[in-house]
Amino acid sequence: MEEKAVAFHWRAFRERYGLVGSKCELCGRYFFPGRVICPACRRKGKMSEHRFSGKGSVYSFTVVRTPPTGFEIFIPYLMAIVELEEGARVVSQLVDCKPEEVQIGMSVEACFRKIREQNKSGLVLYGFKFRPVK
Amino acid sequence: MNKNKGMIMTVGIVGYGAYVPRWRIKSSSIAEIWGSDNERTNNLVGEKSVCSLDEDAATMAVEAGKSALARAGINPKKIGAVYVGSESHPYVVKSTSSIVAEALDATPELTAADLEFACKAGTAAIQIVMGLIESGRIKYGLAIGSDTAQGRPGDELEYTAASGAAAFILGNHDILAKIQDTYSYTTDTPDFWRREGEEFPRHGGRFTGEPAYFTHVLSATRGLLEKTGTTVEDYDHFVFHQPNAKFPMKAAKTLSIPPEKVMPGLLVPLIGNTYSASSLLALSAVLDIAKPGENILITSFGSGAGSDSFSMTVTDLIPEKRKLAPLVKDMITAKEYIGYAQYVKFRNKLKGVVR
Amino acid sequence: MKAPKRDIAIIGVGTTKYGEHWNYSLKDLITEAGIRALEDAKISGNDIELIVGGSMSSGMFVGQEHTGALFADYMGLNPKPAIRTEAACASSSVALRVGCMAIASGMHDCVAIGGAEKMTDVYGSQATTALAGAMDRDNEAYFGLTFPGVYAMMAKRHMHQYGTTREQLSLVAVKNHSNAMHNPYAQYHRKISVDDVMRSPLVADPLRLLDCSPIADGAACIIIVPAESARKYTDTPIYIRASVQASDTLGMYMRHDITTINANIQAAKLAYQMAGVKPAGIDVAEVHDCFTINEIISCEDLGFCKKGAGGKMVQEGETQIGSRIPVNTSGGLKAKGHPVGATGAGQIVELVKQLRGDAGKRQVDGAETALAHNVGGSGSTVAIHILSRNRGKVC
Repeated sequence: MEEKAVAFHWRAFRERYGLVGSKCELCGRYFFPGRVICPACRRKGKMSEHRFSGKGSVYSFTVVRTPPTGFEIFIPYLMAIVELEEGARVVSQLVDCKPEEVQIGMSVEACFRKIREQNKSGLVLYGFKFRPVK
Repeated sequence: MNKNKGMIMTVGIVGYGAYVPRWRIKSSSIAEIWGSDNERTNNLVGEKSVCSLDEDAATMAVEAGKSALARAGINPKKIGAVYVGSESHPYVVKSTSSIVAEALDATPELTAADLEFACKAGTAAIQIVMGLIESGRIKYGLAIGSDTAQGRPGDELEYTAASGAAAFILGNHDILAKIQDTYSYTTDTPDFWRREGEEFPRHGGRFTGEPAYFTHVLSATRGLLEKTGTTVEDYDHFVFHQPNAKFPMKAAKTLSIPPEKVMPGLLVPLIGNTYSASSLLALSAVLDIAKPGENILITSFGSGAGSDSFSMTVTDLIPEKRKLAPLVKDMITAKEYIGYAQYVKFRNKLKGVVR
Repeated sequence: MKAPKRDIAIIGVGTTKYGEHWNYSLKDLITEAGIRALEDAKISGNDIELIVGGSMSSGMFVGQEHTGALFADYMGLNPKPAIRTEAACASSSVALRVGCMAIASGMHDCVAIGGAEKMTDVYGSQATTALAGAMDRDNEAYFGLTFPGVYAMMAKRHMHQYGTTREQLSLVAVKNHSNAMHNPYAQYHRKISVDDVMRSPLVADPLRLLDCSPIADGAACIIIVPAESARKYTDTPIYIRASVQASDTLGMYMRHDITTINANIQAAKLAYQMAGVKPAGIDVAEVHDCFTINEIISCEDLGFCKKGAGGKMVQEGETQIGSRIPVNTSGGLKAKGHPVGATGAGQIVELVKQLRGDAGKRQVDGAETALAHNVGGSGSTVAIHILSRNRGKVC
């Protein structure tokens, strides 16, 4: 896939820098990323913006060893589904820990890291990753 | 810098935060590869902090900034200015400060810009924010020193060039450390530099000592003492820029400062020289232990060259505030060692890796 | 969903061998499969009224979109209409469903269904990136997750919740390789052991290379007509008793329980209902083993065993040829190959042969009713077809 131009990445900066999603005020469910339509309540739902606390636990994880383009330098890296304390789930890299140390249920917290670079001359893409809580 | 009578407001630190990455490499691991004299290099720095492949000056600035916000307890939208000082900004053109402002949710009503003055860019940021607050132009400002400086492979600076960040939110009330005054000493002294497009810096060898570091650090410190009418005895803690363990101790000895007043702020043997964060991380470490009422004198040094000196007094807000974010000593001890091969991969010194 | 207004029958099938066809372009693959299907159906190209072909990512693999037009042109079938369907790895079973709807509506009386993918014209990391388009690009792939990584996390969770073992995953691959030995069109003709699986390199822990279906080139083609006219063409029409499809979230991470695929459950329920068949009434099944864990998860979701018991089922040999519910007699995606857009159609080719009694050494004796299960992405699309020798309802 060729690198996308700026807007594709920029429009998600706020969401990815700040772990900002949404909450349906009607059913109380949280979503990341934010949704316009609540899957349960559909047009009856009322979505409001929510900044997640960044605290959560590991729901499942793996170690990626065959990278997609742009991630070659990082292999091997840990990826996880993190269940945030508000109930929504996100996919993210786990950092500052070894694969042997990771367990389903482990407490983690969000941190701000580089996702990748668009080669030497392109943008630096930042976002959230998760590290174990001491 | 003359005081403008009548218009000055109090200014001080409202929140501070530090970030030291997890990874460490021992000097002996570097010495082994280059066949260096282990004894001599260990005298300078025992081990240094190394940032991971997915960290840079921006990510560390954000992490330090988050801690500063936690201690300040303010709404980030009230921050009126963000200045990040570094000599390893991720972009040459496109500010780090705007990335940090966005990540900390301070946008959009604020001013921001990046600073560079080798290792004193962070303290210069503090002075700029002080001016904006003292003039009443902003309520709160964020000054950060953050660096992932590169050491040229095989050069003596490879033993000391380290990664770290420290962030300070300044304001005019709810202050945990009042900034009494500041004094700077600046000349054109090219002791260490890096040209546009060059990957690694160059330096003047032994010239970096007497004409550069010592002239500016001693002049700035003496200048501050004179300006404030204080003496060494009036201060409980001294923080000097620390490119290695010897220079700050020698400066202290020259000024007749007892070593025990410098030791709590001497981090370089454990984490190396974090460049723009160097004196500021040391200041954070001192704030982590200082008692209310104690006075701190901090003097930075940036090659090129200049020194900014500050006199600060810790208030009784500090014991509670410091608990609200990680302490420097905990970040220093939460470490994991890597060898030279992993270090080279982390610091992107490998040729031919797909980027 | 209602029953089709006309029943549908398959009168011909054709497939290429799956594998690394360095000499074949996408067009070459389609032409070969198409000609074989026409010869099997004993019809002329003129009889085809509509072409519906599936291709997941001809754009990212060979830079070609508008693949429907490519199908029609290179099969020599201009000016007949052609549609390309895309549902990741379920592209061609969705194509079959669209074709069924075309016949059921009464608007067309002979439809060619195709599926094709040319995956070896890009480098490995480019293929990984293209396949990641089956997941949620913005929220899974963006952060570095790969397609094997998605299923690896499902496997980890399945092992955590049900005690599924690493060995049980390996046994799926072992069985499918054994079956493929007797399938001339399969990519691999190589028996493997549990040890071989464990010695293969890790791709995304705990999945190893031999847990993962291979990148392959291939195409398959099916000719369908209304059931009432099938006997004009063939003595062994195979009737499509159910053609159903269901959807689930694009991102697997959002699902409440990632050890099950809700689209499997919903599509299966509807398919059994439409066909008037229970799971026990299925004699042979092709189940989407893009990764070994998915054969286990899907067998459970399809009702071949209880939830969580999929690992035990394969360990006890219940999915072998000659056993209770033979699964993936073709070799499955694992050993037959997985040219993603072709797979759905390829599963049908295998089951038609089984139901005709033409499956040689892979034959399931007396097979009357079969189920094809095809998944797109991590289960965001699931399409299920139930085929039978019998047109009427089976108890």
